[in-house]
Amino acid sequence: MSPLSRRDFVGAGIAAGAGLVIGFYLPHGGGSRKESFSPNAYLRITPDNKVTIVVARSEMGQGVRTALPMILAEELEADWKQIEIEQAGASTLFGDQTTGGSASIRTTWDPMRKAGAIAREMLISAAALTWGVPRSACTAENNHIKHAASNRSLSYGELVSKAATLPIPSDVPLKQSKDYKIVGQRLARVDSPAKVKGEAVFGIDLRIPGMKYAVLSRCPVIGGKVSNFDDKESKKISGVSYVGKIGDSAVAVVADSAWSAMEGRRVLNVSWDEGANKDLNTAAVMASLKQTASKKGANLYSAGEPAKASGRHISAEYSLPFMAHAPMEPGNCTAHFQGTKCDLWAPTQVPQDCRDSVATAIGLDPDQIKVNVTLMGGGFGRRLEHDYAVEAALVSKAMNGPVKVLWTREDDMRSSTYRPASLHQLSATLDGSGLPIGLAHRIIAPSISGQKGQPVPNGVDPDLPDEAGPVYAIPNYLIEYVQAETPVPLGWMRSVYALQAAFALESFIDELAVAAGKDPLKYRLQLLAKDQDLSYFTTTWHTARMRGVLQLAAEKAGWDKPLPAGRYRGVACFGCFASYMAEVVEISMENDQPRVHRVVAVVDCGQVVNPSILEQQIQGGIVYGLANALRAKITIEKGRVVQGNFDDYAPLRMDETPAVEVYAMPSAEPPTGIGEPSVPPIAPALCNAIYTATKKRIRALPILS
Amino acid sequence: MADITLRVNGSEKQVSVSSETPLLWVLRDTLELTGTKFGCGAGLCGACTVHVDGNAIRSCSTPVSQVAGKSVITIEGLGANGLHALQQAWIAEEVPQCGYCQTGQIMSAAALLVKTPNPTDDQITQAMNGNLCRCGTYERIRKAIHRAADNGGAR
Repeated sequence: MSPLSRRDFVGAGIAAGAGLVIGFYLPHGGGSRKESFSPNAYLRITPDNKVTIVVARSEMGQGVRTALPMILAEELEADWKQIEIEQAGASTLFGDQTTGGSASIRTTWDPMRKAGAIAREMLISAAALTWGVPRSACTAENNHIKHAASNRSLSYGELVSKAATLPIPSDVPLKQSKDYKIVGQRLARVDSPAKVKGEAVFGIDLRIPGMKYAVLSRCPVIGGKVSNFDDKESKKISGVSYVGKIGDSAVAVVADSAWSAMEGRRVLNVSWDEGANKDLNTAAVMASLKQTASKKGANLYSAGEPAKASGRHISAEYSLPFMAHAPMEPGNCTAHFQGTKCDLWAPTQVPQDCRDSVATAIGLDPDQIKVNVTLMGGGFGRRLEHDYAVEAALVSKAMNGPVKVLWTREDDMRSSTYRPASLHQLSATLDGSGLPIGLAHRIIAPSISGQKGQPVPNGVDPDLPDEAGPVYAIPNYLIEYVQAETPVPLGWMRSVYALQAAFALESFIDELAVAAGKDPLKYRLQLLAKDQDLSYFTTTWHTARMRGVLQLAAEKAGWDKPLPAGRYRGVACFGCFASYMAEVVEISMENDQPRVHRVVAVVDCGQVVNPSILEQQIQGGIVYGLANALRAKITIEKGRVVQGNFDDYAPLRMDETPAVEVYAMPSAEPPTGIGEPSVPPIAPALCNAIYTATKKRIRALPILS
Repeated sequence: MADITLRVNGSEKQVSVSSETPLLWVLRDTLELTGTKFGCGAGLCGACTVHVDGNAIRSCSTPVSQVAGKSVITIEGLGANGLHALQQAWIAEEVPQCGYCQTGQIMSAAALLVKTPNPTDDQITQAMNGNLCRCGTYERIRKAIHRAADNGGAR
């Protein structure tokens, strides 16, 4: 699997000469049909019957290098065993290549299917013309077109040259899910063998001739700058070849090995201009959120008038801290600046942003920057930033040679972007039977996009439409967002605002069930009893689908069956990234701390592309979400991030990991998100179980603080 | 700087580095064996796990001078005759997601199976608890270790 940029790809297509090249348009794309044949290409079939599929999303563990080609191969009637996969670099031809928002499958489902179907139909036409038989008498199967009546068969490779001369059909039939042979199968991931052999090349493993290694000393205070530095001691370290200021707030130490660069940095003398945030601390950040809460918010969802509902009033406030993504592979990027061009090898979720921001930073045009996308050792949103790429390009330009910028774990923890801290004010009015006739949820949090200078239309952070929708049909229901400000750098972390919104809402619904004296599962099912469509921005949430996942989760968990002494259950459900998720946890309490024994997770994400990858994503999301719920907390003291490594920011280990049973609702609906939806319900489900066990309600995460 | 001789994956290697350089960086940068990963630099995550004289150690926190003259096995040398039973089991159970920590996980599991060919769940947890996985693959890791053990595992 070679990293292939758009230019390489076009070049390879031309060099191959006879190769059939099929292109298609992504929703954001454009251009003429002529472009769709060659440069807009996701598929290449060569005369040797080899089918090459280009993946224009980044592989960070979520399985796109397997799942996206499966979609195309299904419509192509390809022989999966003969597929080759290529990773696209940053391009102008693939539309938005951002890998995030649980969007890779849901946004490429139609274009990938269409690309495969167009090729299939053209190959059928080519065979029909070759044999002089009607198209309708020909079928595609396993990289071949067959004519059953005459028992003839031609391979795709044999049909390439004829197919390439045919017009591209604009309207092609797509297969029905009942006829799928590849989509829906537990096919083995294409990247597993290299990963278990140690042969997989992650960004950190990439090596180019003459490459040096750099680490940067960054101002420990948020927003601070370099005042001055003395490189005398650094240059005494064997192998250190360059020390220089990079931008306003960092000094790079370059050496012939990563260790020498780290040693050089250890003895580097830098004095900092700590700037406006030198006295910032977490308490002040949370106090400022609280002050912002009195401001008028923007309406996210509105039904009826909660303020006018009469009955029993209940209210509660929830809060969540900053959190860090902490992917296993620390930040890094390799850059080679060569005067009028710069090549990058980046473990990135945003190759196009890397290209554009590097171009600006080093004074080149975007088309002079070539971004090769490497494998990523986890992303979780951290690599939606492009700071590592800009640093690498700046260092390469400054020292005039190829270099890998490497972040240490402490760099990753302390100079990162963080899930925004947030505050949630919920209030409800219960009717005589204890059900809410009014519910209001105010989300007070800084805007990630807003902090980055991106649009926040009508005061609504652009992530909220995917992540903070209504779950229940409540006659008077208001969800509001109040945009807060913070100097703490913000980033999109797995499930983004959905984690916050779900923790608050699903804890509160539990509080209401307790207040009503009702079983928390039955209470939720009652709120979902009627089939209703809840329209939220561009998504319509169906209470029937949420009810479906909740019922199945309850059934699989044995909700109605008694538990052994000392075991307790909790439930939560939430919808985000257009998918529905319900989770039931089973815990015991040991020394006042919860131990999670079992989680039953049910998802409705439409058509499942690969059940094994789906299971990975849900199990992984729950483990990630449990770490967030139990311990994840980034705190600020004197303008500095306190946590530095996996001792004071401790992910889940094997001993704390529960058995997770995963079920997907059978569905032929178009696929929706799966990378993130399992994360949000786990924290409230766990806290609800803790309440059942202890009668203590947790309203602030993390649980073990 | 010192000249240090190691035996890595069965071959003798001479390296010229400062003696306190962690073994991890000698493997990765000097010997170009990048299957061993950098995760924390502090012995907290296990991504850098290799075997030294048969024991699983954290190469990020082991000065190269400490392993002079000793036998080092990395992921690249684990399956000397094709894939190790654990690597096969890892593929069969579809363990890797991002895959970054998995070489370290496999090296820890390999050391476990040498000493404990048929580990219980508790023994697996104890042996593997030092290896972090942010993708949350622990359940499949456990299954893969059982599978490899069932297949006669230690090689």
